[in-house]
Amino acid sequence: MAIAKVNGVEVEFEPGMTVLQVAELAGEEIPRFCYHERLSIAGNCRMCLVEVKPGPPKPQASCALPAAEGQEIFTKTPMVKKAREGVMEFLLINHPLDCPICDQGGECDLQDQAVGYGRDDSRYEENKRAVEEKAMGPLIKTVMTRCIQCTRCVRFITEVAGSPEIGLISRGEDVEITTYLGAAVTSELSANVIDLCPVGALTSKPYAFEARPWELKKTESVDVMDALGSSIRVDARGAAVLRVLPRNNDDINEEWISDKTRYAVDGLGRQRLDRPYVRVAGKLQPATWAQAFAAIASKIKATAPERVGVIAGDLQDAESLKATKDLFTALGVKNLDSRQDGTALGYGPRESWLFNSTLAGIENADVVLFVGTNPRLEAPVLNARFRKQWIAGKTRFGVIGEQADLTFGYDYLGAGAKTLSGLAKSKGDFVAALKAAERPAIIIGQGALARADGAAVLKAAAGLAKTMKVVREGWNGWNVLHTAAARVAGLDMGFVPAEGGLSTADMLKPGALDVLFLLGADECEPAASDAFKIYLGTHGDAGAHKADVILPGAAYTEKNGLYVNTEGRVQQGRRAVFPKGEAKEDWSILRALSEVLGHKLPYDSLDQLRAKLFADHPTFGQIDYAPGSVATPFDVGALGGDAELSDAPFESPIKAFHLTNPVARASVTMAECAAVASGAAKIAAE
Amino acid sequence: MSVRRLAKEQPASFAFSKDSQAKADWWKAKYPAVRKQSAVIPMLWLAQKQEGWVSEPAIQEIAKQLEMPVIRVLEVATFYVMFQLQPVGKVAFVQLCGTTPCQLRGALDLKAVLKAKIGDANHVSADGKFSWEEVECLGACCNAPMAAINDYYYEDLTPESLAKILDDFAAGKSPKPGSYDGRVASEPKGAIHTLTDPKLYDGSYAKKIKIPNLPEKPKTSKAKPEPTA
Repeated sequence: MAIAKVNGVEVEFEPGMTVLQVAELAGEEIPRFCYHERLSIAGNCRMCLVEVKPGPPKPQASCALPAAEGQEIFTKTPMVKKAREGVMEFLLINHPLDCPICDQGGECDLQDQAVGYGRDDSRYEENKRAVEEKAMGPLIKTVMTRCIQCTRCVRFITEVAGSPEIGLISRGEDVEITTYLGAAVTSELSANVIDLCPVGALTSKPYAFEARPWELKKTESVDVMDALGSSIRVDARGAAVLRVLPRNNDDINEEWISDKTRYAVDGLGRQRLDRPYVRVAGKLQPATWAQAFAAIASKIKATAPERVGVIAGDLQDAESLKATKDLFTALGVKNLDSRQDGTALGYGPRESWLFNSTLAGIENADVVLFVGTNPRLEAPVLNARFRKQWIAGKTRFGVIGEQADLTFGYDYLGAGAKTLSGLAKSKGDFVAALKAAERPAIIIGQGALARADGAAVLKAAAGLAKTMKVVREGWNGWNVLHTAAARVAGLDMGFVPAEGGLSTADMLKPGALDVLFLLGADECEPAASDAFKIYLGTHGDAGAHKADVILPGAAYTEKNGLYVNTEGRVQQGRRAVFPKGEAKEDWSILRALSEVLGHKLPYDSLDQLRAKLFADHPTFGQIDYAPGSVATPFDVGALGGDAELSDAPFESPIKAFHLTNPVARASVTMAECAAVASGAAKIAAE
Repeated sequence: MSVRRLAKEQPASFAFSKDSQAKADWWKAKYPAVRKQSAVIPMLWLAQKQEGWVSEPAIQEIAKQLEMPVIRVLEVATFYVMFQLQPVGKVAFVQLCGTTPCQLRGALDLKAVLKAKIGDANHVSADGKFSWEEVECLGACCNAPMAAINDYYYEDLTPESLAKILDDFAAGKSPKPGSYDGRVASEPKGAIHTLTDPKLYDGSYAKKIKIPNLPEKPKTSKAKPEPTA
């Protein structure tokens, strides 16, 4: 550890740190615009000037200056203050004074730092520069006159998102940030540039002129759009969720979120089920809760438990899954399934369906094999980690499945199960690397497991994992990448068909059941079943359209709930707004229904329900904990079952990234993004 | 410096001629395969040599050949002022130096000639043969005023000589580049007035000098190496 002095106070630092980082270690705040911890250093805004001894007698940009042993750093001298004031004055020469009509107002770095370093008047008498607006797609609104050319957006899109589409063109006073000829940014992480922009040049298009930051109620919660459980902050005003922002969480999402996480929330106000409905003479009629419950009770009481089935959806919290399971198990129902896609997981040790390396730990892997997954679409934020590893040159990647643009380079091995089963014996560069790897990892996706031959694919993959010693002392490289936020919670509590019970696909066959209870299940084509369908959910989507009774539930921003992400980390989602209309939190609906059905659930509050959940399934009690590689070793080779391997190539379950769940499908913003992504619509330059 | 943007009207396509493609391949081969994009500036230059200017389809083609994001090529093309982003005169493209030394020696008069003969700056003449622009110092101040026409410097210009040069271009001739007042290069105009003493050149002023801090020659060949500290 080297030692430097910051304002006369000695600070220990790791060699290789910059002066700015050392000053921050000492608790000094250094103003900056272009510097960002997770991006490369540009050093072009000059706001972070400090005085350094020994060195030339002039201010130095601390972000780009390596700290040295014995260095004296001064951050508060008159020279530093004057230098920063000079930089601020230059920045403000061309920056418009339109804060009152700027969406960044109140959360603007330039505004904040102008308070500290700005002059009270301007010495500039010339005209300000004006820059044409740029079209960047349906998410990013541009007011380029406000741009101070920090190039954070360029660096993010190039380095992190891996779709280099934004650039800084021309030179001198005429420089402009733009996409190539006004094309929309196609990255799934594109909207993070809005957070990165230190001024109001790139702002949120769907959120334009909606609210000021100080009007919003901020709730820290968890995302459900994919199985990562990214940390988010839900900003709401009154009954409406206005926007979602990422929170820093190095274990999961670093500080990025996908565009779907950020912008699907306008779907929370559209197509909502805000009161119970009962189908009368072929038409859904508004009903009271009592009428809806009565309709359900008369039907279920008249039906044998073998003819009743339950399918749980992808966005459910653990509590509603638990209440549903308890209720229907008490009724003697064995046909319970939380796997809408029919994935071949759910029996055996818990490690078999977890992302065991953990999302942060996968960065330590040296060879990674993807089987039947497209992480760019299934978990864009995780994909950014893979890209980071690839840029660092630490990891080699191989893919069996779709040959898609993943933003990083990989060895393409083959399309389907035959490649997978033959891989261990094949001779190739990648296989040799996998064999020799110290920390090999296999990431298997639902594109490989959610198929008719899923069990056999699982067996083949597990066999390969065993051969390659993917699970070894101190390292567990067996990773399942889920696509549904509710999947791991469902599997953890055994929300799978009991002995003799029917799975999702069997339940949906015509004539298989008389009563089908859909807990927010919209992805499994429930229309195929001819049973009496009860839908408990939030949106008028696939599940509700053919339902005979509709119970309006709460969306993820409207209830307190636990979610388990793909690595087995239990996280708490929190209520930001109240459910719409007559809708109730899901667990309380089930509790009320249980009383009508004569099997009262043994809990009267969410806390009691959680206590029961923790008692029955202890893993849920470990909030914010991911077992990771320290978990008990398990025999990976024993997974899977025998079946004929099909020749069909693995396909990612996600075809349209922006339209994967009922919330996103109700969102106008996501519809626009999907149209741009599929090329169906050209967004005109505005 | 003018605002550097792509031209409004662009050709439908661009392809390197056989000759320029061969040169482009030579440049690409200079760099390792993963660093192919190092050839972006030579490639842009080749495109400009071929067409007279860099068009949008040319930028696309170069990005494709170098396997780099097209925005990166656009960044380079819009950064360097030597890349012409607008069409230029097919016969002569005049870049007139307008910086102080040239201006003091009469660049403003040359400008008037260009304006009268070709038209406004940065516009191609109606017949498509001529265009001109004012540029910053081209580093030939000894021969001010001057202009670069196509690839060559035309120096020590007067309104008359510039008009003659333009007429020659229009007539299909290729006027001789270089000074237009009889000089060979940038030597003094007319007779030489300084450094005329012949003694300067016959060695008679030369004195023996001692070069300071030369390493001392070892006196004997058996000098012991100095003991190290």
